[in-house]
Amino acid sequence: MQTETEWKFTAKDIAEKPDLFLSGHRACAGCAPATVLRLIMKAVRGPTIVTNATGCMEVVSSIYPYTSWATPWLHTAFENVAANASGIDAALKILKKKGRSKHEHVDIIALAGDGGTYDIGIQALSGAVERGHDFLYVLYDNEAYMNTGIQRSGGTPLGASTTTSPAGTVIPGKLEHKKPIADIMVAHDMPYVATASPYYWRDLLVKVRKGLEVNGPAFLHVFAPCPRGWRSDPAKSIELSRLAVETCIFPLWEAVNGDYQLSTPSKVFALAPQKKKPVKEYLQVQGRFRHLFTPKFEKLAEEIQRVTDERWKRLLKKCGM
Amino acid sequence: MKSVVKQEVLALNGDEAVAYAAKQSDVDVVAAYPITPQTIIVERFSEYVANGEVETEFVCTESEHSALTACLAASVTGARAFTASASAGLALMHEMLFVTSGCRAPVVMAIANRALSAPLNIHGDHSDTMTERDSGWIQIYVENAQEAYDSVIQAFRIAENTDVLLPVIVGLDGFTLSHTLENVHVLADDVVKKFVGTRKFVNVVNHEGKTVPFKLDPDNPTSMGPIALPNYYFEFKRQQEEAMKNALKIIPQVNREYSEISGRNYGDGLVDPYYVEDAEIAIVCLGSTAGTVKAVVDEMRADGVKAGLLRIRTFRPLPVEKIVNTLKNAKAVAVMDRSMSFGGEGGPVFHEVRHALYDTDKHPHIVNYIYGLGGRDTSPMQIRKIYEDLQKILRTKHVETRVQYLGLRE
Repeated sequence: MQTETEWKFTAKDIAEKPDLFLSGHRACAGCAPATVLRLIMKAVRGPTIVTNATGCMEVVSSIYPYTSWATPWLHTAFENVAANASGIDAALKILKKKGRSKHEHVDIIALAGDGGTYDIGIQALSGAVERGHDFLYVLYDNEAYMNTGIQRSGGTPLGASTTTSPAGTVIPGKLEHKKPIADIMVAHDMPYVATASPYYWRDLLVKVRKGLEVNGPAFLHVFAPCPRGWRSDPAKSIELSRLAVETCIFPLWEAVNGDYQLSTPSKVFALAPQKKKPVKEYLQVQGRFRHLFTPKFEKLAEEIQRVTDERWKRLLKKCGM
Repeated sequence: MKSVVKQEVLALNGDEAVAYAAKQSDVDVVAAYPITPQTIIVERFSEYVANGEVETEFVCTESEHSALTACLAASVTGARAFTASASAGLALMHEMLFVTSGCRAPVVMAIANRALSAPLNIHGDHSDTMTERDSGWIQIYVENAQEAYDSVIQAFRIAENTDVLLPVIVGLDGFTLSHTLENVHVLADDVVKKFVGTRKFVNVVNHEGKTVPFKLDPDNPTSMGPIALPNYYFEFKRQQEEAMKNALKIIPQVNREYSEISGRNYGDGLVDPYYVEDAEIAIVCLGSTAGTVKAVVDEMRADGVKAGLLRIRTFRPLPVEKIVNTLKNAKAVAVMDRSMSFGGEGGPVFHEVRHALYDTDKHPHIVNYIYGLGGRDTSPMQIRKIYEDLQKILRTKHVETRVQYLGLRE
């Protein structure tokens, strides 16, 4: 096994490594999930099979007869990408045992959005992790069903306006909190869980590689802004993925065998709390939160700050800080 | 019978016969979930795994939806995959049935046919598989535990034939077959292994313009299960229909080859006629009910009545030509349906047999009997009554009631 310093994740190495998620896909301008996919595929270590839940990234990358995938790639349905991974894992194991696969090892990456993970896919995900299949599950979280036109999911944050949780004159967007999906995965007693953001690209690559090297299931929750759904500037997606970390809305951490540890980009704000930015800076650059800056609903913005602080405090405690 | 190999006789119920066939068929991956009356299949198979009697990855999934998904994914990775289900389990798989056939994954699935809720009922009828009639799976309905064993072995050969590449359902009547002990002749392990062989793959051209085997292979990347828009989707579906047409040729071929080693065949593999060639009155049915009908045919023939039975073994693809030829002398036909098509004027088998006979010159009278729903017993007396009804139709040349219900309180 290579060590972390040998992984060659410098900007130069990454630029030189051939892409496995190829250009020509139909993602929108400023689509962070597409950037995330490209980065993830820069961190693979050898023969890899990718499986994709139904969703934006599946649709933009596989319009027949074209494909953006230079690796073997499988899509079957929406709610079952972890079951795809289970079947691939079982097949690879037995084919190797019976001498019908020449590869010593093949990595499996399962990709799904927030709808395919928090909501419709959580049963298959929970089952596959319980069974201990060897795969890396990557959740690219753009915080709503963007493929069908911005409907709220269990991953949509409090106060966000979506087409099924619209900000009206009475109701200020989504009334429920974002489900703590990564914590739910840690509670499965799985070997590796982490959160990542594409602004901190090296941290993301290292976490992908760690997830692949783990023997058993790994879960990576990647923050992935969607300018269409968030009503944000397509040029600012990567900046938003930085702001989410700086406001502690989306802290970066990893849990190895259940032990939480803050990742460097977030550790900065634990050690120097004065550097932590107010959530308003993050909210005000997104049209989906526009209504929170009207007198009628401004209390909700305060509530988002309160909950963010509370969740951050809880995370610090889990990380022993 | 020629060149029949030595066979052992085991006391097995239908489920056990299915599990035994899967055990001998060198299955690479079994992914399954328990449901009555199929559970014995996965239980037995788990025992084979636990005792090291099979080289199979057994994945005990958290739902039937995931069970079929895992089989599909294993299959496109290059493995031979098998699962079993029934009733609500099959209904939960519904979405994945279409995806499996659309991905051309040759998965084999045994279904211990059972009623659908509500009301909840664990007993046998064909509501579950008839609901999946149009899902692109080959459907074989068996008459007894012996045929369940034989058909599962044959199913792998049919599914994996590169001119077919379609998933196969082998349906056995819940409890009547799944839980009833029979003497089952089993072939030797090596004979079955040789008969099923190893999986072969068709070649496709991938995105690099390279000819590669149709599976997930890191050395030869392909994208499987893509999105196809209105400019391509239709052609995919047309190819599935072509594969079904090919199956009409392959199923009899496999039936014949299997008969050469086992001494057993089931008609031509598509239809299994019983005294029907010269029959004036005929019953058409699927599954275990054929056994009861045969006993009544014997009695009626002894009385000099030209009664016959056509058991449709392969319901998908529907052997239209065989049905027409076999029923060519019948003047009145009763089709038995063990499921309903609510509001559809009769059951699905009735619709299809009537459709098959429409273009014939001598239109026989065709009536429908819905029977045995939720495991209700069907007696020889009731079958005799059907033949007597057909005799009356012959005499009067008049059909009083087109669709009737057998053994029902009205």
